Amino acid sequence: MSAAESEPGATGPASYPRRGRVPSPVSSSLQVSWWVMSAPAIIRAEGLTRAFGEVRAIDGLDLEVQAGTVFGFLGPNGAGKTTTIRLLLGLLEPTSGRADVLGFDTRARGGAIREQSGALLEHHGLYERLSAEENLDFYARVWRMDRAARAARIRALLEPLGLWDRRREPVSRWSRGMKQKLAVARALLHKPALLFLDEPTAGLDPVAAATLRDDLGTLVRREGVTVFLTTHNLVEAERLCERVAVVKQGRLLAVGHPDELKARSATRAEITGRRFDDAMLSMLRNQEGVLRADLHNGRIVLELAESAETAPLVALLVQLGGLVEEVRKDKASLEDVFLTLMEEEP
Amino acid sequence: MIGDVLTVAWKEWRELLQVGGTVRGGRLSLAILVAVFGVFLPLQSGAEWVQSPATVFYWGWVPLMLVGSAVADSFAGERERHTLETLLASRLPDSAILLGKVAAAISYGWGLVLVMLALSLITVNVAARTGPWLLFPWRFAVGAPLLALLGAGLAATAGVLVSLRAPTVRQAAQTLNVGVLLLVFIPVLGMQALPDAWQVQAGAWALSVGADGLLWASALLLALLDMALLAAGFAQFRRSRLVLD
Repeated sequence: MSAAESEPGATGPASYPRRGRVPSPVSSSLQVSWWVMSAPAIIRAEGLTRAFGEVRAIDGLDLEVQAGTVFGFLGPNGAGKTTTIRLLLGLLEPTSGRADVLGFDTRARGGAIREQSGALLEHHGLYERLSAEENLDFYARVWRMDRAARAARIRALLEPLGLWDRRREPVSRWSRGMKQKLAVARALLHKPALLFLDEPTAGLDPVAAATLRDDLGTLVRREGVTVFLTTHNLVEAERLCERVAVVKQGRLLAVGHPDELKARSATRAEITGRRFDDAMLSMLRNQEGVLRADLHNGRIVLELAESAETAPLVALLVQLGGLVEEVRKDKASLEDVFLTLMEEEP
Repeated sequence: MIGDVLTVAWKEWRELLQVGGTVRGGRLSLAILVAVFGVFLPLQSGAEWVQSPATVFYWGWVPLMLVGSAVADSFAGERERHTLETLLASRLPDSAILLGKVAAAISYGWGLVLVMLALSLITVNVAARTGPWLLFPWRFAVGAPLLALLGAGLAATAGVLVSLRAPTVRQAAQTLNVGVLLLVFIPVLGMQALPDAWQVQAGAWALSVGADGLLWASALLLALLDMALLAAGFAQFRRSRLVLD
């Protein structure tokens, strides 16, 4: 038993279910939503604030992350994502407010939190002079794994990532994508209950990012770990996360399942054709259910209320002399939601 | 706790041996240092190298040169290469990180001095060729390793303290080099700056306590400095500050 578990008030990781016990996250968003809401909170922040001089990097953050989920923390550069991870790991003290992670107060029990967490931070943090195997071996020693366990675990993590054959090369010779994969393996080495990932695909080319994202999804499901993922890559968030929070300048703007957030946003329709003009746009804007109508590169882009139908609008355009070639109607993407939130908030 | 200290020291050692990108490059640098202090300088000094009481004090100074470059890298290097925050985000306690880095630097400097001592003894004997084997007097055999250990401790604790605050390895190394120079020149110049009467008194005191007394006084002074600098290192070690640096 670790010191962290033996102290009064320490919940410890055993109290938190792993992902293996929950339904597959992609099987049904309804099932997942039910599970997510009923699972115990592994992270709970109340009015969490961190200021650097006059600037509030995090401003009154209230947040709950349920055990067994992949939680996305979305925001533009400078939104306070990295600061939030540092606060949750107990590396920084909050200016005001509080946060409990794994049942431990971040202010008083940072060591206990770090004992049971894994982290891939802003930089991969690998020792470039050392080989991949030595890097993992060092951190396995840090987590007090014996020699046999170290060897078995290193192999179990490197083989599925396709890194095993090059494990003895200095990390400095590896590509950035390989280094990021290795850093993910390092973060999972000690089977943590909670994994912090700070923009894991930032700076990777699209192919490397997609590969890492796939590997990450596979590993996270296999390991059954709760993940707190910061990113400004919305495709990544949509693909990996069961719940997301959107932050801007340290303030929380929205939180929920990606589908819930998308449902709050307008439906989008795109009409391609010719002879569209401003008079037609004005007419469209006056129709019921049309929230917004704009002309972009000869295409009419509409934002519609959920109840609005597209067919009468197309008929109106034709009646006014427009030549309609194609009509596309999409639900809002997470990117649309994100951009809308960024525009709405000052 | 001891296991954690050894784990950090193990990693530091692996990195020290890999300086230059390869194990071979790291070992070559070590071989050059050992050759200079274990072969070249003893060859020039001859039997004096083994028999003169003055050379005992020399071994307290050698680690300052050896350890400085290695220890400058301890925190500043991790900061420069963006590995420090990941290390701080691990389960390792503050004391293990700090002591592990100090232990690695001390063992590096002290280990090299022991190798140099043995090699210098062989060199002097091989060069002399005639007569009985020259051996270190007991005062030398005990005093040189002791002063080397405490000297390595001084360099390691001072180096870690400087490296904790320095933004780059280069800046940490420059600060340490200036420190070593001051450590050498201040006593020499300071003695010369003293009034003649005081110089005579100091000389008389040195003669009265003898070589043994000077050895133990030096050891005590170094030990006190080591402990003070280590305490300062603990006071300076703040995760929140290191993360934000």
